Amino acid sequence: MDVILGAIRGAFGLMIGLDATLLEIVALSLQVSLSAVAIATALALPLGAAIAVSKFRGRQTVIVILNALMGLPPVVVGLVVYLMLSRAGPLGELGLLFTPTAMVVAQAILILPIIAALARQAVEDAWREYQDQLRSLGAGGWSAALTLVWDIRFSLLTAVLAGLGRAAAEVGAVMIVGGNIDGVTRVMTTAIALETSKGDLPLALGLGVILVTLVLLLNAGAYTLKEAAQRRYG
Amino acid sequence: MGEEPMRAPTSLLPLRLEEVSFVAAGKTIIDRVSLAFEAGPRTIILGPNGAGKSVLMRLCHGLLAPTSGRIAWAVPERPGDRRRQAMVFQRPVMLRRSALANVEYGLKLAGVARAERGAQARAALQSVGLAELGDRAARVLSGGEQQRLALARAWALRPEVLFLDEPTANLDPGASAEVERIIQAIHAAGTKIVMSTHNLGQARRLGDEILFLHQGRLVEHAPVDRFFNRPASAEAGAFIKGELPWT
Repeated sequence: MDVILGAIRGAFGLMIGLDATLLEIVALSLQVSLSAVAIATALALPLGAAIAVSKFRGRQTVIVILNALMGLPPVVVGLVVYLMLSRAGPLGELGLLFTPTAMVVAQAILILPIIAALARQAVEDAWREYQDQLRSLGAGGWSAALTLVWDIRFSLLTAVLAGLGRAAAEVGAVMIVGGNIDGVTRVMTTAIALETSKGDLPLALGLGVILVTLVLLLNAGAYTLKEAAQRRYG
Repeated sequence: MGEEPMRAPTSLLPLRLEEVSFVAAGKTIIDRVSLAFEAGPRTIILGPNGAGKSVLMRLCHGLLAPTSGRIAWAVPERPGDRRRQAMVFQRPVMLRRSALANVEYGLKLAGVARAERGAQARAALQSVGLAELGDRAARVLSGGEQQRLALARAWALRPEVLFLDEPTANLDPGASAEVERIIQAIHAAGTKIVMSTHNLGQARRLGDEILFLHQGRLVEHAPVDRFFNRPASAEAGAFIKGELPWT
């Protein structure tokens, strides 16, 4: 018990004292995950919207696969990206393995299906409701798509935040492709794993508290925003 | 162009349907319907549930393409042109923005200049009695208010033809009466009204001619008085009798 209490005391000491190592790790985490979210969103929203409104053979299969990929195990993504980026791999010459860029790539791949699948559902529901009305008014193609996406922007934001939460909390992918190198590729989750095994519980616990708080704030923010939008716009 | 003098665009009407059929998932919903919608008289489409009223209007409005047969306006519609016809649905679909902005959105799609949209949209709201609610979010309005807003959005476009798909089906009597008043006003302003309903009283009040559909076929096309007093078909007779106590 004393060990745990000591760890908690130490953790808050680090957080309140704005410990340099701690801040550096948190900053890199945010940088990596936010970049991954930006890239994944840019690809996933158009992809999800396109699947939602188009008809093609095998559409059902694509949707099932996309939904299944939401549960993609991070270590597997890490492994695949590792194989791609390692010296002997097809993209080995880029020299990206064990860099933050590799971590961004891995996380983007991990969360792209999440954002795309959630966006697909949201857009499809809205399209079913709006399509006759929009076509009646003369909106077609891109014009209708933009109207639709703008109208459900809060639902789409929730999809993006779900992706961010997943990216910030995963450890497997960044551990494999980043290598958890001190000061270079060490992020919150990998640091927690390492410090715990080393026995440096205060740092691990401090990072854990910050990570949980961030995820909590994200979700609270998303919920509040959606509720407010619901009240304001119906 | 050329030697032809400048003049107002010719009328969209009549709208002619020739042997129009619509089949979905192996089921014939509209069965070889031929008719013409002429400018002027208010046309009411009557028929029991599942008769194909809604589908017929969607075919006319261009939301569905016929499986066979031909639907032709007097002036062909070209994609990208401003639409000269509008439709109000049973359940109005409003965008998540203000009532005024919903009307402005329709005007924007119709190519109305930004500077003129506000005034035109406000005038349209005024004419359906929603002038005070322009700033309210459209989706939080009541069902009756939303349907009036849908009418304002359609009317603002000054369509030559307005299709209305059971516009009062989900409304209480007060709201229905208000919607009927607005439809009359739109008719009086020169727009051709084509409306479906299963409310016979409403058909009598608002109709000049009746199209009676039964199982996808056009069974009767008659002036309103003749339809109700001397229905020519057994189906129409039964429909009038069966429904009258409920109106």
